[in-house]
Amino acid sequence: MMKRLIRRNRGLWSSAIIADSLDRSSESYGRNSDAMDALLSKLESLTSKVMGGGSPEAVERNKRRNKLMPRDRIYRLMDPAASFLELSQLAGHDEALLSGGLVTGIGPVHGRLCMFVANDPTVKGGTYYPITVKKHLRAQEIAAHCSLPCLYLVDSGGAFLPKQSQVFPDKEHFGRIFYNQAVMSSQGIPQIALVLGSCTAGGAYIPAMADQSVMVKGNGTIFLAGPPLVKAATGEEVSPEDLGGAAVHCKTSGVSDYFAQDELHALSIGRNIVKNLHMSGILNTQHVSADYKEPLYDVHELRAIAPTDFKQSFDIRSVIARLVDGSEFDEFKKLYGTTLVTGFARIHGQPVGIIGNNGVLLNESAVKGAHFIELCAQRHIPLIFLQNITGFMVGSKSEANGIAKSGAKMVMAVSCAKVPKITIVIGGSFGAGNYAMCGRAYSPNFMFFWPNARISVMGGTQAAGVLTQIEKANKKKGGIQWTKEEEEKFSAEIVEAYDREGSAFYSTARLWDDGIIDPADTRKVLAFCLSASTNRMPESTKYGIFRM
Amino acid sequence: MSLILRKKASYLVRLYSTKPPLTTLKSESQQMEKILIANRGEIACRIMRSAKRLGIKTVAVYSDVDKESLHVKSADEAVYIGPPQARLSYLNSSNIIQAAEKTGAQAIHPGYGFLSESAEFAQLCEDEGLTFIGPPASAIRDMGDKSASKRIMGAAGVPLVPGYHGDEQDIGLMKSEADKIGYPVLIKPTHGGGGKGMRIVQSPRDFVDSFLGAQREAAASFGVNTILLEKYITKPRHIEVQVFGDKHGNVIHLYERDCSVQRRHQKIIEEAPAPNINSDFRSHLGEAAVSAAKAVNYHNAGTVEFIVDTVSGEFYFMEMNTRLQVEHPVTEMIVGQDLVEWQIRIANGEPLQMNQSQVPLIGHAFEARIYAENVPKGFLPATGTLHHYCPVQVSASVRVETGVAQGDSVSMHYDPMIAKLVVHGENRGAALIKLKDCLSKFQVAGLPTNIDFLLKLANHSAFGNGNVETHFIENYKDDLFIDPDNATLAENSSSALIYGSSIVAACIYEKQLARSRLNAPRPLSIWYSRPTFRLNHCARTMIELECEDDGGVCDSACLQLGITCLPDGKYLVEIPEAKSPGLEIQLTHLGNDAYQVEIGGVSRRVTLAVYVKDESEHIHIWHGPDHYHFKQKLGNERSDSDDGGTLHKSNSDETSHPPGTVVAPMAGLVVKVLVKDSARVEEGQPIIVLEAMKMEHVVKAPNSGQIHGLHVTTGRQVFDGTVLFTVKSLKSALRLMIIHRWPSTATIIVSYLYNLFVPCVRLQSIWSVMTREIWKLTLDYNESWAMMAILLVHGLTRISLRWHAIQLRTKIPPTISYTP
Repeated sequence: MMKRLIRRNRGLWSSAIIADSLDRSSESYGRNSDAMDALLSKLESLTSKVMGGGSPEAVERNKRRNKLMPRDRIYRLMDPAASFLELSQLAGHDEALLSGGLVTGIGPVHGRLCMFVANDPTVKGGTYYPITVKKHLRAQEIAAHCSLPCLYLVDSGGAFLPKQSQVFPDKEHFGRIFYNQAVMSSQGIPQIALVLGSCTAGGAYIPAMADQSVMVKGNGTIFLAGPPLVKAATGEEVSPEDLGGAAVHCKTSGVSDYFAQDELHALSIGRNIVKNLHMSGILNTQHVSADYKEPLYDVHELRAIAPTDFKQSFDIRSVIARLVDGSEFDEFKKLYGTTLVTGFARIHGQPVGIIGNNGVLLNESAVKGAHFIELCAQRHIPLIFLQNITGFMVGSKSEANGIAKSGAKMVMAVSCAKVPKITIVIGGSFGAGNYAMCGRAYSPNFMFFWPNARISVMGGTQAAGVLTQIEKANKKKGGIQWTKEEEEKFSAEIVEAYDREGSAFYSTARLWDDGIIDPADTRKVLAFCLSASTNRMPESTKYGIFRM
Repeated sequence: MSLILRKKASYLVRLYSTKPPLTTLKSESQQMEKILIANRGEIACRIMRSAKRLGIKTVAVYSDVDKESLHVKSADEAVYIGPPQARLSYLNSSNIIQAAEKTGAQAIHPGYGFLSESAEFAQLCEDEGLTFIGPPASAIRDMGDKSASKRIMGAAGVPLVPGYHGDEQDIGLMKSEADKIGYPVLIKPTHGGGGKGMRIVQSPRDFVDSFLGAQREAAASFGVNTILLEKYITKPRHIEVQVFGDKHGNVIHLYERDCSVQRRHQKIIEEAPAPNINSDFRSHLGEAAVSAAKAVNYHNAGTVEFIVDTVSGEFYFMEMNTRLQVEHPVTEMIVGQDLVEWQIRIANGEPLQMNQSQVPLIGHAFEARIYAENVPKGFLPATGTLHHYCPVQVSASVRVETGVAQGDSVSMHYDPMIAKLVVHGENRGAALIKLKDCLSKFQVAGLPTNIDFLLKLANHSAFGNGNVETHFIENYKDDLFIDPDNATLAENSSSALIYGSSIVAACIYEKQLARSRLNAPRPLSIWYSRPTFRLNHCARTMIELECEDDGGVCDSACLQLGITCLPDGKYLVEIPEAKSPGLEIQLTHLGNDAYQVEIGGVSRRVTLAVYVKDESEHIHIWHGPDHYHFKQKLGNERSDSDDGGTLHKSNSDETSHPPGTVVAPMAGLVVKVLVKDSARVEEGQPIIVLEAMKMEHVVKAPNSGQIHGLHVTTGRQVFDGTVLFTVKSLKSALRLMIIHRWPSTATIIVSYLYNLFVPCVRLQSIWSVMTREIWKLTLDYNESWAMMAILLVHGLTRISLRWHAIQLRTKIPPTISYTP
């Protein structure tokens, strides 16, 4: 009797476990895995290039000045041997601006997660290029979103003057950095600056706007105008150290609060500041279970599941099975709107709602998605979007069914849901599907790409088809006859451009995401993102008008 | 064999059990029920263990520094007897007697050292009606006087080293005596010591010259030129015989111990029975020892020491130690008896429980003495805290006699012995294997020890063959101390060092991770999982380790190690400098400081000891037979004031003293100050005599010059590294003058020049300034120098003034006037 009960119970439990449906001998398994290997080695070579810092001479100069590289500074600030989630590692990689001249990321200090923003003085003297500004603002955005104390490791020559028009005037430009500092400070999110190098002109406001700032003797300087400008303006000749060194600012001006003998000292002061923050830290974790099971299937198999040919469909559940605790996934509305898979699971003990694409979005799928998002928002369950979407279903039947209305419902739900949202683009991210599946514009807390992922308003061939038709019509109007070759060339150019600009590497260089990740790391990265996102009190969601 | 083993096992059961012995003590008039142990450390603990087994209560005595020590905790009662200095506590007989009276102890066991061989104390006990667990005072007295003891022994027919000790010093007679003794002969002044005037004469040809030389030197050094002659033993062995006598005139011996392996005339490895001797020789030795003991009406435990000439096979009486020896456990192991129990029974008046023929001889035993000492610094005693102390597992054949526990400190006041490791095997080979195994597992960290050295000794082939003699360490020093020139050895040790440091680096990283995880809130534990996560690359850190030179294995080199956290959780440790391929290390934490380390498919257990000392983290690792000690600088918090330059002054002070500065080479007591401050000394001249426990160490002048800052006085305690004095050479005095007294030097020059060109101006005041400055300046070196310098400068000034007067009259127009 007892035994039967247990068996039945087990049966009940195991119903949530996703079965292993992966065909490891299939042709696509091998093809995907080979393609992924090539992409990963590209990712690895780009990453290793970025890790070395700027030119060897610049690195050597940095070392001579007893300065550490920005990542080493961060690792020394962080708890020893702790993990670090670097963001937008490959920003600016195609304009030779390694990591955009700025290292940002999340890591724990004294058991408190912090956002690090560290200038890389070996890349263009740490000056702010447009991408640098964008990356800085994105880090601040995440910090504000997740209530993470900000640690600015300042070592920068300020705005890159030749590109001032793309750096200075607009809303999302240089000035926004200080605006963000002020606003975050007002919200009680600590702003801490460690001046480890120069901090000139506008940059001077980073420590000045900080709640607390530390300066290193010798290397750290803060001034609105450097010695050359001072000489030009007033004729006064003064050394950088006398103009804005640590002694001046810690003893006389009061711009800085802590005097550090050297860089390591500054970093240890920085750690102490975080130790004394008296922030309660993790708030929204009462439902996190302490022990959890790893997925039943090898996470490395995600590399072979990741699609390279978006025409071929695969079951998104095989991805979910490799991301969630014990591969247990409690599906919601399994039989309805089957092109969208929704359900509850846990990642490292943290309850999550998962929304994954299993084909093109239909009417029912979109409505199902909106329903599920409402559920999660109501219950303060973080949402994870696994994006592999070619778009909403098109065609007369679909339009007649009000696909735009259904899509709008899902977009409304996604936009307004006040829960942590994390988007992983595991395949294609095309058209309005990107909106419904919480694309960049919908401010997910974090958004990562798999190396194989592609993003564009539509597929290259579709776009080429549309554009060629329009062009052909235009030409026809002008009375010009297009030859077959001309048409093919036109079409090929468009395909090629879409191909290039749709790549994850193109995207990540422009900060359309927070980085490219190895599919095998997805579970870990999700766990990091979740623990960073659950840092603040849950909020209640209020929606706009749902078109019914 | 099985019978022997069973016997042995039953003995050990007796030694370690708390049950009363099988045969109860015979009731006699003065059965003792409570004894006071007038000692400390391992021997006090050892005696208490036997006493407890016999149902006898124990009283410990302790000085200020021993209040918390193991022997106090092990005793039933403990009495405070005085300050740390042994003279005022453990050697203070009246306090000890008082303690016995206060606690009602009927007997006193003196242990070894301290009062154990004081005839006065033995007498005092007797006078106070206390039983002294040891020989009669008369025997102590007889054997304590070296020349008297030799006389008695000679009369009793115990062989003595052939020699001539007569007053007649005629050179012809001396020569014939020397010929009689046989060469090589040792010529020694009767007075004095320290090797002064001693000569070894290899052949009759050289005798006269050497003799005259020795006479001259003796006369110069000691004022007396009498010389004695002795046979010089080229390859001596130190073999001693354990004897026991009861109060009824019975004396037996318990075989011999070989204690030849010595450093600084102190034994470090003892064994029983002596290797490479036959049973005839053994019984001869035993008989000689028994007759020696009988000659002084000996009872209780004693040891007769012989010097054995390995060339001739002769043995000669050296001295008799009228106490229980440090190395008594090796004898206990081979005869299967508890000698402390014997001592107590005999002191109670019981007769010996066996006769000579009943004494068993079972297998072979070794004892290794584990000392806190600095082996590369010439075995200087060391002090410090036992931050990690984990002796080997005790078993039927392994004993650890110790008086300390983890966290205790070894102070400069007493013997720096930490423990005695005693092993027993069915034969010498088996025992030696056990000794090596135990030594490699004996873990002590926090202060330098001789364990690694003992291990090297035990591993030496000559030791393995039993070819021991008193010059053993000296003869094989090239093998025992790593010579940096010895390429293969150095290479071996450096590859082992790389291996060890790599494991340490991985363990440090793992420890850091564990520590970080422990301090973090639970929901963040993902951030502290292994491997450390970095996006799209492996986490890599550099760890800087300083290899500490404990055993002279490696120079205190700084090692830079790169640790990469591989995705499978392993660590890849590389040493960029070593150019060797990195090691992939898989670590499993086994709890506490033990780790399972897997490298290249071989898995082994390593133990780490980590403690903080002097702003550094010290890490010890034991893996297999190797033990390494590393140091890692701690990221110490610094002040945030704007004067970085002076922050680490105390640190830099320690390392960079001005030239000529002499620091104490070890912690100890100043027993003699041989010169006065500001005296002139020659290079190598002895200045101060330091004493740390049993050893005297002479501090000499590093160069000729004048002594400065000699403020230590006799009786002062100094610590390792204390500045004792400075010897300023003339050259360095001049340099100092320029560097440290530049204001004075400048003042003199300026005032001189001023005088030269601006005469008549306040001559008096300038002169006084000059005089004062010159005085200040040269006083540093010598008063007479100061006077001479003042006179010189004044003379020059006068001459220049005179010259100026002439110039004034002729050249300078009268319109220019100078106001005084």
